[in-house]
Amino acid sequence: MMIDTTRNGLAGLCILLASAFGAPAQEQSTAQSIVAATSPAGTGSTADHTKFPILQREFTSGPEVTAACLTCHTEADDQMMHSIHFKWEFDNPRTGQHLGKSVVVNSFCGNVAGNEPRCTSCHAGYGWDDMSQPPPRQSTVGTGWDITLPRPTPASGQNNAVDCLACHDRSGQYTKAATLSGHPPMSPVPEGLKTITGADAWAVDLKQAAQSVGMPGRENCGNCHFYGGGGDNVKHGDLSSALYNPTKEVDVHMATDGLNFTCSTCHVTDKHTWAGSRYDVLASDPHGTGKPGERRDVATCESCHGNEPHPVGGNPLLVAKGLKLNDHTNKIACQTCHIPEFARGGVATKTLWDWSTAGQLDDGKMIKRHEYTQSDGKELHTYLSTKGDFDWGENVVPFYSWFNGQIEYTLADAIIDPSQTVEINRIGGVQGEEGARIWPFKRMIGRQAYDSGNNKLAYSHVWGPETDTAFWTNFDWAKAVEAGMKAAGQEYSGEYGFVDTHMYWPITHMVAPATEALDCKSCHAKDGRLEGLTGFYMPGRDPFSYAGMLGMLMVAGTLFGVIGHALLRKFVKKSGGASHE
Amino acid sequence: MSKRQVKVYPRFERLWHWSQVLLIMALLFTGLGLNGLHGVIPFGPAVMIHTIAALALLALWVFATFWLFTTGTWRQFVPTLDGLVEVIKFYGWGVFHGEQHPHKKVIWRKHNPLQVLAYFGLKMAIFPLVWSTGILYMTYNFWEHLPNAGFYMNIIANLHLLAGYIVAAFIIVHLYLLTIGSGFRAHVKPMITGYEDINLTPEQEAYLEESEPWRLKSKEG
Repeated sequence: MMIDTTRNGLAGLCILLASAFGAPAQEQSTAQSIVAATSPAGTGSTADHTKFPILQREFTSGPEVTAACLTCHTEADDQMMHSIHFKWEFDNPRTGQHLGKSVVVNSFCGNVAGNEPRCTSCHAGYGWDDMSQPPPRQSTVGTGWDITLPRPTPASGQNNAVDCLACHDRSGQYTKAATLSGHPPMSPVPEGLKTITGADAWAVDLKQAAQSVGMPGRENCGNCHFYGGGGDNVKHGDLSSALYNPTKEVDVHMATDGLNFTCSTCHVTDKHTWAGSRYDVLASDPHGTGKPGERRDVATCESCHGNEPHPVGGNPLLVAKGLKLNDHTNKIACQTCHIPEFARGGVATKTLWDWSTAGQLDDGKMIKRHEYTQSDGKELHTYLSTKGDFDWGENVVPFYSWFNGQIEYTLADAIIDPSQTVEINRIGGVQGEEGARIWPFKRMIGRQAYDSGNNKLAYSHVWGPETDTAFWTNFDWAKAVEAGMKAAGQEYSGEYGFVDTHMYWPITHMVAPATEALDCKSCHAKDGRLEGLTGFYMPGRDPFSYAGMLGMLMVAGTLFGVIGHALLRKFVKKSGGASHE
Repeated sequence: MSKRQVKVYPRFERLWHWSQVLLIMALLFTGLGLNGLHGVIPFGPAVMIHTIAALALLALWVFATFWLFTTGTWRQFVPTLDGLVEVIKFYGWGVFHGEQHPHKKVIWRKHNPLQVLAYFGLKMAIFPLVWSTGILYMTYNFWEHLPNAGFYMNIIANLHLLAGYIVAAFIIVHLYLLTIGSGFRAHVKPMITGYEDINLTPEQEAYLEESEPWRLKSKEG
């Protein structure tokens, strides 16, 4: 009921704003020009989409474009609807956990349920405004966000609620509005409407977009994945706008002055299903490159570089070096040495988010503090009444852990111990385990709401300009948690509190050039990077072990003995002439 | 009996000794660095040098072992009790009281009995401990799949470290003993020139004069 209200309210607001401002053409922001700076899509296509008659018309909504696409790409909708990009669900085959954006609670904005039009702005579909239901297969919003116009009929019952353009637009001007459940901003653009990257929204030209389609470029993926958690690089730490046009130093593979990879160069696809998952990670890939010509649907480093990636050749010293480095690959993930720091390239990542301080107002007005200065001089928020306290980091040294690829989530039904730091997701794998290697992670420090009566993580309703329960509008935790729990269909004790949390994000992007890889002594030293990992022998970090102490004692004793002997010779000896032969 | 300067350290033995000196110094220095005791050489180059020097030393030992057995020199290193107590007594007492070293070098015993015992222990216990643990360490990736490999690795690494320290202690004593008696330079010289003062029987002297004159320095020299 509340959700319907939200949606209708939103649509109403849009109409109101549209009529009030007479559809002014919005200034296209600088963000769009970044977007327009396209990176290469696949070339050598046999189709020129500008020549298709079905695309030579004006479109008034995203679903209309999709319906046109599906007249030729007859299986694309079905393929997409089985993908995680559309379902936001993932059944982990190893842990049996039911995961996905539609389910999990994280330590950023928390949860999708109850906040749909905002969160589902990055859904690869149109019109998903209720997390308690699967995403709509056919668009219910007739022509974009304007419900006053007649609804289209999807061609031959196909599923026009898939967003083809989000990934395949190559015109650079297609985008999705931040608060319209995945729909693009259309003319007239309401005042204040933002895009998913936080830029001021502009009216997209769907015809131009439809005719431009090609394989996804970096910005197609990046416009959502670089902005997870509500802003540039907020969430992952290794995925930021710095990767739109990175230098080699930021990402040796994606560098525009180098290999110029797109995301899908590594994240290969089959039937719109992508290799690479944060829920079920291939933490070690002994299969490597496979046999010549073998197709491997994995996004691992090894699938290109093999399991002995370091060159073994040149002089004997270099041979020894290459062999020794290759000896490491069974215990150390490539990422550990080759991504020495994340959040490189001038875009900071959020490292701490304390929700418990949110809601403070100054004389009824919202407080905004910007006390973190990014390397480019940009001031980033460190306190917002809506969201609480933050900390940021650039060039962040990762947290290291053994990792077998398995990540287990603390889901909403799990009982937590609020006296301890709750791990939102636990990294599987221990030292010595087959397939477990040392991996780098971003460790997000959080403090977030929980149901203190039931000791479970809480869902909260934060976004909802029209509701009287949304936290960002009303600054009332009691109402926000209650509404969030209700939207997620969770039992709620009625009492909430705040609990410290850690959330782990495997670091795998922003691979640095080989010359920038970690030096041996980064780990092989006292207080090195792997200081927290014990229970195995690693040279260089403990010269004062029992054996080391014993050895030193022995050498010291020998020296002492020899010096004593020499002194005795000097002072006791009456005359010389003794001879050691 | 006459004392003559006899070449008892042939060219290969000297080459062996000094190559071993170089390699062991390199190994000790880089090894202690790798163990975390110093950072004079960066870790990576230290690993490379340590590995290459270890392999070179292993190769040298293979040649030396072959040489010892084919030339019969191994007999020089067979421990003996004969005269051992006297040598120990000398280092523990006599050396402080101006006594002469009790060992008289003869051509088939160029080392004193205590020296022989020390070298024997070095060759048969300390060095084998060094190279066996070293080889196991180096080849860890071939046996890491065995159960408890990590545990054994820990033991092997620590034994290797201890063996290294024992070698260091040996070197200290080895060098110190060179200072006793005729002095450091005089003691090092034979390992450079190959000639050492040896007590020869008239028969030995006659044989050498006759058959291997190049091993004898003229009496004036």
